Amino acid sequence: MKDDNDLLKELQQKAPGVTINLVSADRMGPMTETEKIRFILDEVEDGRILVLERGLTPMEEARLIQATMAEIDTDTFIGIEMQSYGTEPYRNVFQKLILGAPRPRMAVIGPANLLQTVRKDSNQIQAQILTKEGIAVA
Amino acid sequence: MPLLQSLKNITLGPFLKRMFGKKHVKIGIYGPPNAGKTTLANRIARDWTGEIMGSASHVPHETRRARSKANVVIENGGASLTLDIIDTPGIATKIDFHEFVEDFGMEADEGRRRAKEATEGVIEAIRWLDHVDGIILVMDCTQDPFTQVNVTILGNLEARRLPVLICANKIDREESSPATLKAAFPQHPVVPVSALTGYNIDNLYSTMVKHFR
Repeated sequence: MKDDNDLLKELQQKAPGVTINLVSADRMGPMTETEKIRFILDEVEDGRILVLERGLTPMEEARLIQATMAEIDTDTFIGIEMQSYGTEPYRNVFQKLILGAPRPRMAVIGPANLLQTVRKDSNQIQAQILTKEGIAVA
Repeated sequence: MPLLQSLKNITLGPFLKRMFGKKHVKIGIYGPPNAGKTTLANRIARDWTGEIMGSASHVPHETRRARSKANVVIENGGASLTLDIIDTPGIATKIDFHEFVEDFGMEADEGRRRAKEATEGVIEAIRWLDHVDGIILVMDCTQDPFTQVNVTILGNLEARRLPVLICANKIDREESSPATLKAAFPQHPVVPVSALTGYNIDNLYSTMVKHFR
């Protein structure tokens, strides 16, 4: 039985391209901060772009930047491109009490040599995927 | 549980500080590379102590270690504020040594060394967030304000409940648009200045005294 990585490798050999993983909030939710950062960095260092249904908190983003800096290798890994919308605003004080810390919104994170932000405002992120064959705008 | 956590986080210290003011504060100057952080730190230090803090450059990541200047006294309209200023390295999510080589003509070894030092600088800058009482976030108002670095820094400050003042720098440039920056972050005070020429810097000082005291 082939696992997901074997299937992905097979597909990459047939038609090389960039892999984008859409990661659900349920997948990331149970992880600790350290686990989330390790998961993201492992995926990104393997050349995959992640779209997180629920991104990281600002504190987790800062820790991710620190961890990224510690892993930058001038020849193989130049860092990450990360874009998020920040946290969801509370609608009222009851929501604040029930939900606790503000919840992050969607985020996209990828290797800086593959992903480049074109434009971002409070409700839209436009990014380019840089490939050897050309540029795809997402 | 969130309600209990909120109650647990309430301490009297910040409340008392707000009630009675704080006259000596540690202020970090933060922002992305090349926003003008060191130029601003030098401007503040020169105006109030006659000395500068470090060299500024058009090459990104010129400041790769945090530098501090203690006991800078700012006076404004009868009120005064004593600052310890921390000029921090620019925060970035990527550092590619090729940029130093191709765009700024450095030798490869020098570029690699600069990139390595810059990564350490970013780690140090983020670490300093645990030790400051407030932040001046320097943004280049000729650039798009919604960069991830700006969003992450502001999110951190809001989570830590640290006071922040946004310095919309480089208004001496023709293409600058401080109004865009003000519209992007309406929840924070934004002061347009030119750290290079000193234009509107008095407004920054009066806002600092009001905001950080």
